[in-house]
Amino acid sequence: MLAVDGVISDMGAIMRGVHDRGGLPDDTPINREEHEMMDWELRVDAMHAVLGNKGLRSTDQMRRVIESIPKDQYEQMTYYERWAFALETLVTENELLSAEEIDQKMSDIVGN
Amino acid sequence: MSNDQHPNHGHHETETEVQASYYASRSKAIETLLVEKGVMTTTEIDREVNAMDSKSPADGAKIVALAWSDDLFRTKLLANASEALKEIGYELPDKTPYLKVVANSDDIHYVVVCTLCSCYPRMLLGRPPDWYKSLAYRSRVVVSPREVMEEFGLRLSDDVEVRVLDSTADMRYMVIPRRPLGTEGFDQDSLAALVTRDSMIGVSDPLSADCL
Amino acid sequence: MERFKVGDTVKVRIDSPSGHYRTPIYIQGMTGVIESVCGRFKNPEKLAYGHDGYPLETLYTVEFIQRDLWPDYTGNIADKLLIDIYEHWLNTINEG
Repeated sequence: MLAVDGVISDMGAIMRGVHDRGGLPDDTPINREEHEMMDWELRVDAMHAVLGNKGLRSTDQMRRVIESIPKDQYEQMTYYERWAFALETLVTENELLSAEEIDQKMSDIVGN
Repeated sequence: MSNDQHPNHGHHETETEVQASYYASRSKAIETLLVEKGVMTTTEIDREVNAMDSKSPADGAKIVALAWSDDLFRTKLLANASEALKEIGYELPDKTPYLKVVANSDDIHYVVVCTLCSCYPRMLLGRPPDWYKSLAYRSRVVVSPREVMEEFGLRLSDDVEVRVLDSTADMRYMVIPRRPLGTEGFDQDSLAALVTRDSMIGVSDPLSADCL
Repeated sequence: MERFKVGDTVKVRIDSPSGHYRTPIYIQGMTGVIESVCGRFKNPEKLAYGHDGYPLETLYTVEFIQRDLWPDYTGNIADKLLIDIYEHWLNTINEG
């Protein structure tokens, strides 16, 4: 029998992943408002595609990274914020960039 | 996210806006570094932005209009979407994910979701709408498809069989909605004008003939 | 060679892979019928970690009766849910 958070099996309770949403209790009406994509969102989407073209990233790797986001954050982040998080995780995992470099560049850009 | 305009002096950024601007700066930093290090070029990024922007529901609508008026094409499309589309000049990438087309009828109504993320036939229709990617849609449509469709204005009779398609793997699904009544003799452009993006997902029906 | 063909009754395994998975919890342990054989694809559970995803696996579209999945389901008793599942997640009903 399906319990909300997981399944009961011989192995005990199996917890569902943060991304595994089918059948979760939710009475929220579907919000049909569509937001115009911001420039940074378009470019995050594009950078994923370019990395994919170069064999430096796969959809499956990206999904795996997004699924590692803790539940509360996953539910609160927007779709492209998760993609931006995944982009950073993948480029650092692949050692294309380091977190420190990104921190430094970010503070250069923001002008701190 | 609020779209309200505030006068600058009274404006305090919401938490949502602060978070978005964090990610905006962060991703700008990543882009700058990736380009500086020669991992990619700005041109390559721009090209992908344009490639994604070039796809929209308009092509899907044309394909539906053709399927409505040409039974042989419709049969081919349902049997092997890539092959059928190649014959009319749409070259889909010859790699996963693959497009599969299903058809609504008086007896059967399909509605598509990706409960695990946001899988959608982007290769043809472009980006999915925000609601398709929402947590609410992903949780609710599998368990209460009829309630969800009612929110989109579609009430199906109880004797129609609703089939929810959860695209979890290498296939991407597009729905051919039912052809509206009173459209006999409509030309392709007029038929295509009735085909909404939402009807190709299956949450609602196409526009009715008297909408034109 | 595919293990299953269209019309076969299958049961989805219950499992807790230590990482990425594409078989939602709501379908695990449920019994359905093979509706379509989609082809052979790389295993996403391996691709997710940079593995090449081989050997290829057969992917099936499996059809379930909604009333079997959800205890409070209202609507046509014929209403169905179709979902794409990789072969290693499926057993015959005898294997359980």
